Amino acid sequence: MKHTLVEKIFGNKVGHEVKPGDIITVPVDWCMVDDIMAKFCIGKFEEMGFTKVYDPEKIVLIYDHFLPSTQADDTVAFHAGDAFAEKYGIKNVHRTDGICHQLMTEAGYVKPGDIAFGTDSHTVTYGCVGAFSTGIGYTEMAGILGTGEIWIKVPETIKVQIEGKLNEGVTSKDVILRIIGDLTASGATYQALEFCGSTVSDMSVASRMTMTNMAVEAGAKCGICIPDEKTAEYCNIPYDEKIKNLCPDEGASYSKVLTYKAEDFVPVMACPSLVDNIHPVSELKGTKVDEVFLGSCTNGRLEDLQAAAAVLKGRKKAPHVQFIVTPASRKVYKEALNDGTLEILSKAGAIITTPGCGLCCGRAGGVLTDDEVVVATNNRNFLGRMGTSKVKIYLASPVMAAKAALFGEITE
Amino acid sequence: MGKIFKFYKDVDTDQIIASQYLLFPTIDEMKTHTFESLNSDFAKDVRPGDFVVADENFGCGSSREQAPGVLKALGVKAVIAKSFARIFYRNSINIGMPVIVCKDLYEAVKDGDEMELDLENGVIRANGKEYSCTKLPAKMQEILDQGGLIASLNREE
Repeated sequence: MKHTLVEKIFGNKVGHEVKPGDIITVPVDWCMVDDIMAKFCIGKFEEMGFTKVYDPEKIVLIYDHFLPSTQADDTVAFHAGDAFAEKYGIKNVHRTDGICHQLMTEAGYVKPGDIAFGTDSHTVTYGCVGAFSTGIGYTEMAGILGTGEIWIKVPETIKVQIEGKLNEGVTSKDVILRIIGDLTASGATYQALEFCGSTVSDMSVASRMTMTNMAVEAGAKCGICIPDEKTAEYCNIPYDEKIKNLCPDEGASYSKVLTYKAEDFVPVMACPSLVDNIHPVSELKGTKVDEVFLGSCTNGRLEDLQAAAAVLKGRKKAPHVQFIVTPASRKVYKEALNDGTLEILSKAGAIITTPGCGLCCGRAGGVLTDDEVVVATNNRNFLGRMGTSKVKIYLASPVMAAKAALFGEITE
Repeated sequence: MGKIFKFYKDVDTDQIIASQYLLFPTIDEMKTHTFESLNSDFAKDVRPGDFVVADENFGCGSSREQAPGVLKALGVKAVIAKSFARIFYRNSINIGMPVIVCKDLYEAVKDGDEMELDLENGVIRANGKEYSCTKLPAKMQEILDQGGLIASLNREE
């Protein structure tokens, strides 16, 4: 039987062939618990009566949504997490290092072929290195922490094949937004999205992360890219037979195949207030902008900041725009500091914040009021996510975000 | 019989319970903010035994288990939708709240109508008509029957 990449990963882990629809119990290589869910997850773990975790080295606690803390009880999450880590010998605790989904691959945890679960829906990001990863609730996570395994239905796979070279000013964000628009917000529910073709091969791992990160916005169980030499280099592992075998079989069966030519992609935005409400930027130009947010686990990496800096070098943002830049991790922050990117953005008038999730989920910083417009590089424009329910959120690439900051209105 | 609270498609978890309430100490303290941005009276008006009925892709968005949690805490007996986002679906079963896929009910009822759910036979009765609904996979039905994942895990040991 021929297999898609996700079927192969599951088959390798359980030691026999699997097919879509099979319900299997899989061993879990990585558990990611973020600060929002830590306290609840720990509570459920105790309620289940476990006395130890299955493997302290496979559990990663990351504080990112509440840093810096903004509400009186936010720090309760850190105390709960710290006490749990100490009690069960968990050493992988990140307190100010960055956004969980950036750190899980950047800090060297998730590798090609691994199976990872996290208490956040954007856990799908780790497919960027050819791993299976997905989000779950805190009760299920508590179960994994105790048992080291979880049941899962092997998903059908949708193949997304993109060939050719993207036009100047078009990024992987424009690609994934267009794909979500075509699939709709529920078009890939319960399924895997396998991204392949020369356009994806030409992308950096950082650009691929933007694509896999947003797979969940089409409802997908996971998004995945075929690991290659770039992946091996990013993960700091040899490019060996084991990685080379992590590719879909020729003739594998897919529930759907979407085929795109790279040159057909144009800059687009997801318009209020649905992720699949996609329009070309050319249709939106002239829309006045109150805030621009450049950051998040979707687009807060060095190449994203550099792309914005290339637009803004030697220039100033429009006076009325609140322009906020949040690097995805401390490592990205340092690199952008050292290569002058942050200086360019700062001179252009950006507020540069500590790495974290607060802004994207409307919990801390950049919160807006009725009828205000924000162009943001994150992954969700849900009603009320970044302020009141009348805030208009446009999701865009770093290039389009930088242009909106520069001109104070959406600009092609 | 329970009252129907009807919502549209792609209802996301931010709309069910917004992120600023997620760290309230208990689900009971969060539940008064359920559906705040869509219907600020929902938490006040809903009674134990009532139903939430929605179009496609109910519960899309984040992994927050508090979303099915607040609905259950308010006494919502089941959510019936044309389809569900997968994390919300799993979370609901894991906390012991029925989530029912029914393709035909949504267009046939309006907000405020009454309905009855026969979970065992997979049948919904509303306005004098019957609608069949999809049954859960055996693994999930087993977890739901035992009252959720905690009870289910405790039983395995």
